[in-house]
Amino acid sequence: MQSVSNYSTTRGWSKSKKACMTTLGVLAGGAGALLYALESSYVQAGDLELHPPHLKWSHSGLLDSFDHASIRRGYEVYKNVCAACHSARFICYRNLVGVSHTEAEAKREAEEIMVEDGPNEKGEMFKRPGKLSDTFPSPYPNEEAARAANNGAYPPDLSYITMARHGAEDYVFHLLTGYMDPPAGVQIREGLYFNPYFLGGAIGMAQALYNEIIEYEDGTPATQSQLAKDVSTFLKWCGEPEHDTRKRMAIKAVGLMTILTAALFYLKRYKFSSLKTRKISYKPSSKDN
Amino acid sequence: MALGNTVYNLLFKKTSSFMLTVAVGAFAFERGFDKLTDYVWESHNKGKLWRDIKDKYE
Repeated sequence: MQSVSNYSTTRGWSKSKKACMTTLGVLAGGAGALLYALESSYVQAGDLELHPPHLKWSHSGLLDSFDHASIRRGYEVYKNVCAACHSARFICYRNLVGVSHTEAEAKREAEEIMVEDGPNEKGEMFKRPGKLSDTFPSPYPNEEAARAANNGAYPPDLSYITMARHGAEDYVFHLLTGYMDPPAGVQIREGLYFNPYFLGGAIGMAQALYNEIIEYEDGTPATQSQLAKDVSTFLKWCGEPEHDTRKRMAIKAVGLMTILTAALFYLKRYKFSSLKTRKISYKPSSKDN
Repeated sequence: MALGNTVYNLLFKKTSSFMLTVAVGAFAFERGFDKLTDYVWESHNKGKLWRDIKDKYE
């Protein structure tokens, strides 16, 4: 420490100058920290829509996997409620195997839909029951048809919706449960609904989830919030199917890196020990003796 | 030190046995490490994973 302070550039400063510079530094650092905190805080008063608060999901933690029973229930909700208007055209039935359904169950789910295939040997297109490799069916053939059927509003594809919206699954959950009467002074046009979590507040989608609209096969009480939670978990899985693998690999990576760090730290100390403990002796000599 | 000498003479002294030690050691470490981390993952998430609920559907 002594040698460090000998070479310090502030050695010649007076005590008051040092105190002044310290105060300036603390003030500048504090202002920076405050700016950063304001920037990253949830209170973004410049926007008019409500930002969804973060919920404690069963997959929130660093080591937490998806709740696969919830994914399975969420698929039921998607299939019976959301799929009436929303497509999920990047998800295949085979993706469900080993995640929420067995292979036999996924095949049965796929066989429920009819898929256009072909051409056959006569050159005609034909319909066949779905296979594991088929994607979830889209309710409308194209965006224009979807808009025409929904008052001009396009129900977005739900495959990657949690990746495509700020707040991800928190947003989906709050949007689904956040319907309410518009506050005084807010005019909502015919065919639109008020939802504070939606950008602009007026959403083309009516409230879709109510208590007991479907019955879960595993007997879970189908309250509105349970339905919303399960379908949000399902959509989170749709957007990030690698989620569980990623966290499992993170455990392995952190474990291995810890071992390697310890080994490299020891190796560095070992190699440097001879350098740091050596002494150079210098014997001045002259030509005289 | 006796143990260190035994290990050295037995495993590391000859290049051939050293290479064999590296190969076998890497294999054993990998197996053990994977078992351990998978155990951590599966016990931490008990009841949530597909392997925990699939019995109900087969």
